[in-house]
Amino acid sequence: MDYAQFLAMKQEIALLVVFLIVFLYDLFMPERSRRALPAVSAVLMLIVTAAGFFCDYFGVSAPTEAFAGMYATSPVIATIKNILNIGMVIVLIQSAKWANSEGMVMRRGEFYELILVTLFGMYLMISARHFLVFVIGLECASLPLAAMVAFDKSRYESHEAAIKYILTAVFSSAIFLMGLSFVYGLAGSLYFDNIYMALMGHNTKMLVVALAFVIAGIGFKLSLVPFHLWTADTYQGAPTSVTAYLSVISKGATAFAFLTVLAQAFGLFYSQVWEWMLYALIILTITVGNLFAIRQRNMKRFLAFSSISQAGYIMLGIIAYNALGVAAMMFYILVYIFSNLAAFGVIGAIENATGRVSMDDYNGLYKTNPRLAFTMMLAMFSLAGIPPFAGFFSKFFIFTGALQAASPAMYVLVLIALINTIVSLYYYLLVVKAMFIKDDECVIAPFRSACSERIGMWIAVAGIIFLGLVSPIYDSLIAIAQSSELSSFFLK
Amino acid sequence: MSPVIPVIILALPLFMFIFLGLCGSKMKHPVAGFLGTLGLGVVMVLSYYTAFTYFFSGAPEFISAAGERLQCVMFDQTWLQFTDTLYISLGFFLDPISAMMLVVITTVSFMVHLYSLGYMRDHHGVYEIGFQRFYAFLSLFTFSMLGLVVATNIFQMYIFWELVGVSSYLLIGFYYRKPSAVSASKKAFIVTRFADLGFLIGILILSFYTGTFDFTLLTSAPVEGMSGVYHVDINTAEGILSTFTSHPAPVFMGASVLTWALVLIFMGGMGKSAMMPLHIWLPDAMEGPTPVSALIHAATMVVAGVYLVARLFPLFLMEESALVIVTVVGALTAFYAAVVACTQIDIKRVLAFSTISQIAFMMVALGVARPEHHESLGYMASMFHLFTHAMFKALLFLGAGALIHAIGSNDYTAMHGLRKHMPITHWTFLIGCLAIAGIIPFSGFFSKDEILSACGSYSTLVYIWMSLVAGLTAFYMFRLYYLIFWWKEHEIPAGHHAPHDQPWTMSLPLIILAAISCVAGFIPFGKLVSWNGEPYDFMAHFDWGVASVSLAVAVAAIALATVMYRKENALPAKFKNALPNLWKWAHLRFYWDELYMFITHKIIFNGVCRALAWFDRHIIDGTMDAFAAITHKASDVIKPMQSGQVQMYTWLYVIGALLLGGITILCLM
Repeated sequence: MDYAQFLAMKQEIALLVVFLIVFLYDLFMPERSRRALPAVSAVLMLIVTAAGFFCDYFGVSAPTEAFAGMYATSPVIATIKNILNIGMVIVLIQSAKWANSEGMVMRRGEFYELILVTLFGMYLMISARHFLVFVIGLECASLPLAAMVAFDKSRYESHEAAIKYILTAVFSSAIFLMGLSFVYGLAGSLYFDNIYMALMGHNTKMLVVALAFVIAGIGFKLSLVPFHLWTADTYQGAPTSVTAYLSVISKGATAFAFLTVLAQAFGLFYSQVWEWMLYALIILTITVGNLFAIRQRNMKRFLAFSSISQAGYIMLGIIAYNALGVAAMMFYILVYIFSNLAAFGVIGAIENATGRVSMDDYNGLYKTNPRLAFTMMLAMFSLAGIPPFAGFFSKFFIFTGALQAASPAMYVLVLIALINTIVSLYYYLLVVKAMFIKDDECVIAPFRSACSERIGMWIAVAGIIFLGLVSPIYDSLIAIAQSSELSSFFLK
Repeated sequence: MSPVIPVIILALPLFMFIFLGLCGSKMKHPVAGFLGTLGLGVVMVLSYYTAFTYFFSGAPEFISAAGERLQCVMFDQTWLQFTDTLYISLGFFLDPISAMMLVVITTVSFMVHLYSLGYMRDHHGVYEIGFQRFYAFLSLFTFSMLGLVVATNIFQMYIFWELVGVSSYLLIGFYYRKPSAVSASKKAFIVTRFADLGFLIGILILSFYTGTFDFTLLTSAPVEGMSGVYHVDINTAEGILSTFTSHPAPVFMGASVLTWALVLIFMGGMGKSAMMPLHIWLPDAMEGPTPVSALIHAATMVVAGVYLVARLFPLFLMEESALVIVTVVGALTAFYAAVVACTQIDIKRVLAFSTISQIAFMMVALGVARPEHHESLGYMASMFHLFTHAMFKALLFLGAGALIHAIGSNDYTAMHGLRKHMPITHWTFLIGCLAIAGIIPFSGFFSKDEILSACGSYSTLVYIWMSLVAGLTAFYMFRLYYLIFWWKEHEIPAGHHAPHDQPWTMSLPLIILAAISCVAGFIPFGKLVSWNGEPYDFMAHFDWGVASVSLAVAVAAIALATVMYRKENALPAKFKNALPNLWKWAHLRFYWDELYMFITHKIIFNGVCRALAWFDRHIIDGTMDAFAAITHKASDVIKPMQSGQVQMYTWLYVIGALLLGGITILCLM
C-alpha cells in the first residue's frame, strides 16, 4: 500500500490530531486545568482553520484522489471544509460556558470528543467518491450526534429529543441503504464514477425509486420536508450548543455532500429526474418550514423551522447546477453559519443565565439587555435577508445562481422563494418586535454574559456585517468555483 | 504613490465613526473629542501629502511630459458584479479637483473638530448632551464627503452622496429635543432626497445608453503605457454623444436624451447645492450646531452639486442647452438669495442665503465656461471660488458661532457694538467680509473676478447681472458686519457679564482660516486646476477692466452699507417704509416655503394622497390581510403533521419518499 496517499487527507489528519490532543488532554490533565478544555479545543480548531486559509488550502492546489479513487479532494472541497471549520470554532467557543456548568463537568470531555468525531464524519461525506465511504461518513456524523442530543441527562426533553432523533436516523439510514442497494443492483459498483457510467442509457422506474430513496436518506439530515419531522422536537430538546451545531454545521456539510452525490453519481439524470424531485422538495421545504415557523413561541423550536426553510434556500444552489450556484451555496452557508450562530449565541446566553427560551420572555429585552437584543436583531435581519447585512447578499447571489439556468420553471421557483421570504420576514420581525417594541416588563433581568459567549457573538456579528460588504470574499469563492475543476464536475 | 494612503484616508474617518459611535458614550467627553480631532488631524496630514504629491511631485502618473495633469485611479475594487458590464466598484480617483477637494474638506473639517471642542460646551465648561455622538457624526460626514469626491464612478458618487445626506440629516437634527431642529432635518432630507430621485434617474439613463458608470469611460481616455492613468479627452465625450444620437429615439419631449440625463443629474446637484427652487432646506438647516453649518452647509456638502457638474463637465459641454440651464438657474438663484440676505435678522440665515448666492456664482461660472472662451476660464474660476469660498465662509460661520456662543441668540438685534468686547472675532469676521465682498488682496477678489471675467466673455447680460449680485453681496455682508459690531454701544442685559472672546480652541481656527483667506488669492490656481488638465496662465487672461469695475462696485456697496448701518440712524427704517412690500416679501423669502406648503398640503395631499390612501387601505392592505389569513389557515391545516409521535413521523417519511418516486415516475415516464 502506498502510504503517501494519506497525504491527500491533510485536513482529516489535522482534525484527527486535534481530536487526539483533546482526548489526551481530557484524560491526563489534572481536573483543574481541564476547565480549559473548551478553550484548548477552540484554539486548536482555530489553528486548523487559519492554516486552511493561509496555507493554500492545506496545499490542496489541484484535484487529488486517494485510496483507489474512494477519496477525493480539491480546492473547492478544501474550501468547503474550511467554511465548516469556521462554524465549528464559533460553536466550540459558544459551548464553553455550558460545558463547564455544574452538571456537565463530568461529561465535558466526551462532548468535545464527540463533536470533533462528527465533523470528521462530515469531512468523509464530502470527500467520498464511493458509497461505502459515504455511508461510513454519514453514520459517523449521525450516531454521535444522538449522544450529544441526550447530553442533558437530567432533562426529560433531552432524552425525548435523542430517542426521536436516533429512531428517525436509523430509519432513514435503512431507506437510504435500500435505495443504495437498488443502485448497486443497476450499476454493479459503488464508485460514483462507475455508477455514473453504468447508468448511462438506463432510465428505469427502478432508478427513479432508488434515487428517491437516496434523496430521502440524505434529506433526513438536511431536514427537507417531508423528512423533517424529527427536527423541531430534537432541536427543542437538545442542549442549545448541540442545536446550534445541528442546525448549522451538520446542515452545511450535508448540503455539500448532497451536491457531490447528485452531480457525480447521478449527474446524467439532472434534467430528467432529480431536478424535478428537488424542485418539489424545495417548494415544500421553504413553504412548510415557514408556515410552521409562524406559530412557534419557543425560540429553539422557532429557529428549527426557520432552519428548515433556510435549507430550502440552500438547495437552490444545488438545483442551479452550475459554478455560480456552487459559489452562491458556499457563500450562503458561510453567511448562514454566522447569522444562525449569532441567534443561537443569544439564546444560549439567555438560557444559561436565566433558563428562559420562550419568545414571550423576550418582550422588552432591549430595555434590560440592549446588546443581546441588538445582536439578535442583526441575526434576524440577516436571516430574513435585509440589506445591507450579509443575509441579503447571500440570498441575492443564490437567486442569481438559480436564475442563470434561465428556464421558466426556475423563474417560478425563485418567485415562490421570494414570496416565502416575505412570510419569513413576518416571523423574524416578530422576534424583533417582541424585543424592541413590546413594552412589557421584561422577565429577563439584566445580566452579563460570559466572556466566551461574548466572543462568539462578536465574531458572528462581525461576520453578519462584513461578509456582504467585503466583496473579495464572494469574488474569491466564485474564482474557486469557476476553476476548471468544476466545469468537468458538471459536464461529465 | 502606494494605494495604502488613500485607503487610510477613507478608512480612518469610518473607523472613528464606528469607534466613537460604539464606545464614545463610555469615554469622558474630552477624550472622545480629542480622539476625533486627532483622527481627523491624521487624515488631514495624509490628504495634504496626497494632494502635494499629486500636484508637485511630477511623477509620470500624475503629470505628463507635456505638463498636462492626469487622472489617476489609485485603486478600484469591484464591489458588486451583477453582469460583465454592470458592476459597481469602489475606488479612489485622483485628479486636480479631487486633490483640491481633499485639502478643502480635511482642512475645514479639522478646524471644525477643533472649534467644536470649545463650542459644544457652555460657559461653565459643561459639555453638551451627546457630545461624543456629535464627534461620531462629524467623522461619518467626513468619511462620506471624502468618498464622494474621490469616487471613480457615478454610482459610488451616488452612494456617498446619500451618505452625506444622511450625516447632514443627523447633524441638523442634533438637538433632537428641539422641534424646529427635527422638522428642519426632515425638511433637508426630504427636499434633497426628492432631488436625488432625479439624480438617480439621470444616472440610470446615462448608464443605460453608455453601458458604464465609470467617469474614466465617460470623460477621459487612457494614457498609453500606464494602467489606471487617464487624461480628459473631449473625443470620449463626443463618442458618448454619438451613442445617444445613434439611438432610435434620441429626443424626448423636445430635448435630447443626453440633455435629459444631464439635467436630471443636475437636479440632484440643485438639491444638494440649494439652487432655486430646491433651496428651501438650507436656511432651515441652520438649526444644527453652528460648526456643522460651517462644515456641511457652507464649505463642503453644499458644493457637491458644483463638484458634480465639474466632474461631468466634458459631457455638459456636449449639450449647450444643459449648460444654459445651469447658467440660468445659477444666475436667478444668486440674485434671489442676495436680495433675501439683505433683509434677514438671524445672522446665520444671512450667511445661509449668502452661501446659496455664492454657490450660485460657482454654478454660473461652470455654465458659462466654454473651451473657446479663454479655454474654459469659468471652470477654473468656479473651482477657485469653491476653494476660497469654503475658507472664508467657514470663517464667517465659525465667527458667527463664536458670537452666538457669547450672546446666546442668533439675532443681530441682541448684538450691536460688539467690536470692543470680542476683538479676535471682530477682526477675523471683518477679514471674512472683505474676502466675500471681493476687496483686493483678499482671496474672494481673485476668484470672483475670474468668474466675472468668464461671464463677460460669454455674455454681457450675464456679466452685468452677476456684477450687480456681487455688489449686493458686499452690501449685505457689510450690513451684517456693521449691525453686529457697530450700530450702537452693546447693552449688557442685567445680571450678565460682558461678552468676551472665546477659548483658544475656538480662536485658533478663526485665525488660521482668516490667514488663509488673506493669502489664498495668490495661489496660481490655473496652474493646478483646469478643465482639461493643461496648465492655464491666469495672468495672460487677466482683465484689468473687469477687475476695476468689480472693485468699484464692491467699494460703492460697502460705502452705502457704511452710511446706512455704521451708526444708529433712521435711514434703514426709511428704506423699509419706502418699499414696504418688497421688504416684506424679501424678509419672508418671497413666500417659497408657503408655496411649497400649499402645493404639498393642499394640492398633493388632498388631490392625490387621499385616493392613494384609500387604495392602500382597502385594496393593498386587503390583499395582504387575505394573504396573511390564508397563510395562517394553511399553517393550521398542516399542524397535525407535527404530532410529536415518532411512529407518525416515520409513516410520513416513507409516504413522502414513495410519493416522491411515484409522482416522478407518473409525470416523467
